[in-house]
Amino acid sequence: MNPRPPVRIGLIDHGAGNLVSIEQGLEQAGAEVSIVAEPSGLEEMDGLVLPGVGAAGAAMRRLAEAGLVEPLRAWAGPLLGICVGLQLFFTFSEEDGSRCLDLDRGAVRRLAGAPLLPHIGWNDLRFGADPLFAGIPPDAAFYFVHSYAPAPEDPSIAIAHADYPDPFVAAVRSGPRTGVQFHPERSGEWGLRLLSNFAAEAAGAPAGRRGG
Amino acid sequence: MLRTRVIACLDVREGRVVKGVNFVNLTDEGDPVELAARYAAEGIDEIVYLDIAASPQGRRALLDVVRRTARNVFVPLTVGGGVRSAGDMRAVLRAGADKVSFNTAAVLRPSLIAECAAAFGSQCVVLAVDGRAAEGGWNVFINGGRRDAGRDAVEWAAEGARRGAGEILLTSMDRDGTHLGFDIPLTKAVTEAVDVPVIASGGAGRPSHFAEAVTEANASAVLAAGIFHRGQVSIAAVKQEMSDAGVPVRMVLPRAAGASRRPA
Repeated sequence: MNPRPPVRIGLIDHGAGNLVSIEQGLEQAGAEVSIVAEPSGLEEMDGLVLPGVGAAGAAMRRLAEAGLVEPLRAWAGPLLGICVGLQLFFTFSEEDGSRCLDLDRGAVRRLAGAPLLPHIGWNDLRFGADPLFAGIPPDAAFYFVHSYAPAPEDPSIAIAHADYPDPFVAAVRSGPRTGVQFHPERSGEWGLRLLSNFAAEAAGAPAGRRGG
Repeated sequence: MLRTRVIACLDVREGRVVKGVNFVNLTDEGDPVELAARYAAEGIDEIVYLDIAASPQGRRALLDVVRRTARNVFVPLTVGGGVRSAGDMRAVLRAGADKVSFNTAAVLRPSLIAECAAAFGSQCVVLAVDGRAAEGGWNVFINGGRRDAGRDAVEWAAEGARRGAGEILLTSMDRDGTHLGFDIPLTKAVTEAVDVPVIASGGAGRPSHFAEAVTEANASAVLAAGIFHRGQVSIAAVKQEMSDAGVPVRMVLPRAAGASRRPA
């Protein structure tokens, strides 16, 4: 078998937050990571990661300034949204009333019934069979730091839930587009495994921005 | 179920870990990144770096430490000390921190909290409150515990949360370094006054102290420094004691390092 070139992952940089750990986690999984702050070069990527910190509106403004809104809407390959990056997939965010990418129908809503907000810390997940969670034990905990979570119109896109104490959607999948409300880059061994699973999925997909 | 966090705090000065009693008599206790990686492997749930010098050259050393940590340690990282503006905060977040804590700068200019919460979200703005017993309650101390700000600590914590802080890092200066246990009355007063998570800090000496801060004062997280650095108390023993007291914690097997480890 010929050695395969490393999977190329574009890490979207919209000006805030910790990219270092995500980059390192993906590199440990054998990926070649490029920081992406503009549309050029996207077509060479096998997969994209959309991180995020802060409010959705500010993140959308920064993506718009970088000219990345339409390329992200057109992207049909593997995509992993993390925290606010996941929230941007939806129609709008209740946090500041901002329109998001509308890739998945639904709103991002404040966690109802929470005793304290933000929800900060390591929490359990309930997940089914999805490649993103391959090899991860059911009792693995993941690190959350957020006050809002998506409420998809189509509940079948939810691939993981967590409780605080009411259940909320902690991960979604629509085809190759996946998103997690927690931070795999801060969730120790099993978070790294999830990043590795995403890289493996991107490596298995046909290269480039297929079908877009 | 949300697990209660056990946090290790590393006081950093010029890129090295230091520890003193009541914020004085500092001793060198090693390389922050090595310690952080060891704690992650032992099951720590979060790391806090406090830059206690916060000089320009110390700041560069700290940002380098943060970058090295983010590349090697895959647990949450909070950084504080000398952060005075949203611009300072951006630099720390870009270097690899998840949350930034504010102390003196926020007391001197409380609008800083809202500015930073607006720019990066409340979830990454931590208000560090150093409290010391005073007439009728506890006063806020600033400048590394050297100056009485003349404010009530509980009221300040509540005001900080209203202004947009997503978490309170509450240190009892009376208990800091004494190993007598967390200040339960102070911690309880603050958890009752705010609706954001409160990290109890200052005074941990043995595993039962950590459980008490949760069961008696409703802390969302418990933090210690010197007793972990010197190996007086293990993270596993703390978590076992908390679990025995009915506090949900994240148990980590020794092999399941949170530090760098290439997944199979």
